[in-house]
Amino acid sequence: MDRTTQRDVRFAESESRLHELLILGLAGDSKAYHVFLKALSDHLRAYFRKRLSQRMDEVEDLVQEVLIAVHNQRHTYRMDQPFTAWVHAIARYKFIDMLRSRFSREGLTDLLDDEMELFAVSDSDAADAKRDLGKLLSTLPDKQRLPIVHLKVEGLSVVETAKLTGMSESAVKTGVHRGMKALAAKIKGIK
Amino acid sequence: MKTDELVAFLAARADPVPTHTVERRIAIALGLGLPLTALLMLQTMGLRTDLVHAVAQWTFWMKLTFTASLALGGLVLIEKLSRPGVKVGFAWVAIAAPLLVVWFVAAISLFTAGPEQRLGLVLGSSWSSCTFNIAMLSVPLFISTFWCVKDLAPTRLTLTGAAAGFLSGALGALVYALHCTESAAAFLGIWYVLGMAIPTVIGAALGTRLLRW
Repeated sequence: MDRTTQRDVRFAESESRLHELLILGLAGDSKAYHVFLKALSDHLRAYFRKRLSQRMDEVEDLVQEVLIAVHNQRHTYRMDQPFTAWVHAIARYKFIDMLRSRFSREGLTDLLDDEMELFAVSDSDAADAKRDLGKLLSTLPDKQRLPIVHLKVEGLSVVETAKLTGMSESAVKTGVHRGMKALAAKIKGIK
Repeated sequence: MKTDELVAFLAARADPVPTHTVERRIAIALGLGLPLTALLMLQTMGLRTDLVHAVAQWTFWMKLTFTASLALGGLVLIEKLSRPGVKVGFAWVAIAAPLLVVWFVAAISLFTAGPEQRLGLVLGSSWSSCTFNIAMLSVPLFISTFWCVKDLAPTRLTLTGAAAGFLSGALGALVYALHCTESAAAFLGIWYVLGMAIPTVIGAALGTRLLRW
């Protein structure tokens, strides 16, 4: 509860600060615009790091991609609009766009193999827990396993998961729901 | 390039952005497409010969109001969809309402007409060419709208493509209404709507490919 209120406060602060800076930037204030882009790049980096934990090299590419998009399309910002909603929509769009082009470049099988590497790479302390989860997950059918991997392990959204797996959004949601239920039952069974 | 360098590079290009750029670009796109569509109609079909008499009939104005209000709805949608993070909200109503009204009027007219008149109300005299003509007239507007929207920042490409196609279809139908002599609501509700649906579907199909930025 405390953490969410704190987050809300921080969110409101950066929203109003970045909004002000952008308005100044749109009016041609290069200094304010510089501060704005710098602060925005930090936010974007954190945003993409959370979503691309296994592809750190792509995080910075995406940050720059979004910064350029924000700059080139800044005429589409409406002054009375929440700044966060605008930037988030752009960041999301560029993120999905990147996933989509990677998807068409590397094909379905490569992509899925690659995502499953998440469990193959043992990453210090949490490795054991992951391997167990991986073992349990591998017992689930694809239509439950993939939504759980993308949504719960990688932190993608339902829409992104649906795009990645080619499943419908409702199929993703049911997959997660049923899969989590099955997982819970399996975990109980082990103990 | 390091991100800090990029930031400095972009910040140095902080030219003031004029307000209402989105609205102005859309206006330019329609300003280019609409005259072309009108020209296409005049060249290939021509104005209806009884236009002078037609302006005295309410059905003539019903057609114009119907198509114009749908175009307005498409315009509202496009303006919202072209801006990242703006919710479409109730803008759908602007399209749904005129459609429902015309379908309602059509249903009543078919219900009250005698059984032998019904087919005539639905098919009129030009049902076989109407849909195709509207789709054809929407082509210049379709191109100019897509060209315009691509320069903005749509994030839902399929939906935006559909809305752009719909806008061009509705304006194409508006121009076509100056040629077409039909007057039944049932005719409008079927063949006009189908004519607008064609560019809408094509727009939705091409959205992800053509509008990517």
